[in-house]
Amino acid sequence: MNISSNRRTRDKIITCLTYAAMFVVLLLPFALFIGLAFKSELLFRDHSLGQLLFSSSWRPSAGEFGFKPFIVGSLYVTLLAMIISAPICLLSAIHITQYAPARVSKVVTTAIDILAGIPSVVYGVWGMMFVVPIVSRYAAPLFGVQTTGFSILSGGVVLSIMVVPFILNILIEIYRTIPKELTEAALSLGATRWEAVRSILNRKALPGILAAVGFGFARAFGETMAVLMVVGNAIRIPESLFDQGYPLPALIANSYSELASVPEVESALMFAALILFVVVLLFNATLRWFIIKTEKY
Amino acid sequence: MENQSIIKVDHLDLYAGKTHILKDINIEIPKNKLTVILGPSGCGKTTLLKCMNRLTDLTPDIKVTGNIFIGKQPVFGAKTDIVALRRKMGLLSQRPFPLPMNIYNNIAYGLKLRGKYSRTELNDLVEHYLRQVNLWEEVKDRLRSPAVRLSIGQQQRLCLARGLAVNPEIILADEPTSALDPVSSEAIEKQFAALAKDYTLVMVTHVLRQARRIADYVVFMYLGEVIEMRPAREFFEDPREEQTKKYLAGAFN
Repeated sequence: MNISSNRRTRDKIITCLTYAAMFVVLLLPFALFIGLAFKSELLFRDHSLGQLLFSSSWRPSAGEFGFKPFIVGSLYVTLLAMIISAPICLLSAIHITQYAPARVSKVVTTAIDILAGIPSVVYGVWGMMFVVPIVSRYAAPLFGVQTTGFSILSGGVVLSIMVVPFILNILIEIYRTIPKELTEAALSLGATRWEAVRSILNRKALPGILAAVGFGFARAFGETMAVLMVVGNAIRIPESLFDQGYPLPALIANSYSELASVPEVESALMFAALILFVVVLLFNATLRWFIIKTEKY
Repeated sequence: MENQSIIKVDHLDLYAGKTHILKDINIEIPKNKLTVILGPSGCGKTTLLKCMNRLTDLTPDIKVTGNIFIGKQPVFGAKTDIVALRRKMGLLSQRPFPLPMNIYNNIAYGLKLRGKYSRTELNDLVEHYLRQVNLWEEVKDRLRSPAVRLSIGQQQRLCLARGLAVNPEIILADEPTSALDPVSSEAIEKQFAALAKDYTLVMVTHVLRQARRIADYVVFMYLGEVIEMRPAREFFEDPREEQTKKYLAGAFN
């Protein structure tokens, strides 16, 4: 067989290009990590890792950089958002793919795509207009608490709404790819529709559900604008849902203007970014492990 | 029909959207025989089969008139306890779809839905049904490994055992050998021939030779209609209808 050298060359070039593209993609996270670590190095000259992560004292002017309030604030807001949104997403994905008529599921899918495309600042404004006052006027008084409404709770609620389209989209795709024959098998064995969903389809979907949760977590943990607008941004360790908090992304965004002036502050912000990066990485690595564990069926 | 019938399809019409898929089907399927539904692809064989245990519920926009009776119980009807009715009918699909569980639980799942069993009873029953499909010797040492790791032929036998475990009267099979290698196909065919003593089998196929080998009765369908239903020997040796003759001569393939 004689393949013209021209075609052979083209094949080689394309192969090289795909390799190069893959290499860039693989390199990106490393580049990001190295860049952040390099810039954070200054901070480590005067502080230990333990001090930085577990001290609550944040006074940049005095050279004190305790990230604990920000880490705790971030985790609270994110966990709250996931606790609210994960069950909603799971149940609605099941309904949309298993019970809803085709027309309804089309409408919902379109709505989800629209939600996913709304800029986060819009969610922030909406949160300030509706969620914050509701928390302040109705939710907090129920527990005998006085608050402006700018709180972990508001942040979590706004965030949970923001991540719904992303998690839901993945979940719908996952349930759609489960073959119908599996449901048929379960039904023919005498399972009700819900029993089939609960023990057969959910088991089949489990690795995908975990992946969707991981994706949602990463999005929520890094979300900046909308949370910053409703969470209060007070540097303290929140003790209740109605306390104000100050998540890491908000810290970076709010201190951005000081970045160039003080080298140590710049280094601290880079370290904040590094924490975000590492937490998301660790969380997803853990989930990946669970996914591999559960993928055997 | 000389035999007692167990499934009676009575003036069944089925529409999917505006498409008329099944047209006035009237057949009676004899008890404890192997009845083959034969016909070219797209003639409505599988749809007819899925009507029998109402898996059509899973497909939106389907409209059914007429009815099917299992014994005396109607399949379509608001008062029908469809879960109980489905339990009377085992199902074998074109490709095996093991439940996302280990081998043992694939059998035990249906048993647990059926009633309460002790650990030992479950163990015995699982072994019994795996033996019934000649799978026990091959899997007895790895009952706890995922069912999807079995070969596709083993999976199909596992699915058969899983269906038998809920103690059905009827087994519905939709081209159960079409994804299998010849050896596994033969194993399933032999199983079917043996099962026909105690169960009513309804099998959809488009493989003429397979129908010839194992059918007691043949329902021949073409374009959504039943053209004829006869004992297998008569059907193949003395086809009455023009379409049947053409099909047997290979005209539709």
